Amino acid sequence: MSFFAASRAVNLVEARRAFLGKSGLVLSGTAIALLAGRDVLAAKAGSPVESDVRILNTALAAEQEAVAAYQVGAESGLLQKPVLDLAVSFQGHHKEHADVLARTVQKLGGTPVAARAKYVFPVEKLKTQADVLRFAASLEKGAVSAYLGAVPVFDNRDLAKAAASILGDEAMHWAILRNAVGEIPVPGAFVS
Amino acid sequence: MQPWFPALLLLSSAAALAAGDPQRGAALYERCGGCHSLAQDRAGPRHCGLIGRRAGAVKDFPYSDAMKRAPISWDAATLDRFLADPQRVVPGTAMAYSVDDPRERADVIAYLAQANRSPECK
Repeated sequence: MSFFAASRAVNLVEARRAFLGKSGLVLSGTAIALLAGRDVLAAKAGSPVESDVRILNTALAAEQEAVAAYQVGAESGLLQKPVLDLAVSFQGHHKEHADVLARTVQKLGGTPVAARAKYVFPVEKLKTQADVLRFAASLEKGAVSAYLGAVPVFDNRDLAKAAASILGDEAMHWAILRNAVGEIPVPGAFVS
Repeated sequence: MQPWFPALLLLSSAAALAAGDPQRGAALYERCGGCHSLAQDRAGPRHCGLIGRRAGAVKDFPYSDAMKRAPISWDAATLDRFLADPQRVVPGTAMAYSVDDPRERADVIAYLAQANRSPECK
């Protein structure tokens, strides 16, 4: 990663920290959108609520895996300090996503999927900081696509809106990670 | 006509596989990387061995009930239909992501078929 890219990454982290007070409000708003509106609704077999719960649980499983993946990256010893801060910041977002998804599943009468005891990542291929960042970028890209698929499928439009909000956050992760390894941060006008 | 039906199905599957470009499919497959990989079960099941496998058949993977019950064996034709609209083909599946473009579906399917013969899947 170039110094320029690293410096930009640090500046982005600092800017994000400075913005935390406001963004905390935004995230809380998303959480409220997810959690409000419907008290416990029985996720009856074949019901739209059951379908929403199933998709939320798929997203939750992916978020839990992302948290674990960033942990592997953080503990790899390959990430230099400014980039490590960025990775930990992104991991924190995934934790927030997982937390609100789990609580929403419960709110809708479902059972949140549990995190796996063990995840298998291609650690043998992660030999440099850039390898770790590219791996993280690949997960973020996949997550963006997964949420893109989920948005139109949710029966509850509040859930679709919240999924779009998470999609936006993870697309930003993807772009910053691409930029950090010297790739065009936003490769196109649309994501798919 | 009846005796020819299975043979025609096989031909149409082979044609669909032949039409796809596995290299383009490899790039498109990155979209699946939020939930799937070739050799590991993740939020979705592993894809090694997918072609020819019955739906819901990866041991110990927590499939939805709908996928466990789906009377599907995965080949080019069934994958093409499923990827086009998973929620319609298997109502109750946990998979929401769809691939609208038929050519992209063919490319992804060609990649999956090729990947199944790769060292990662051996």
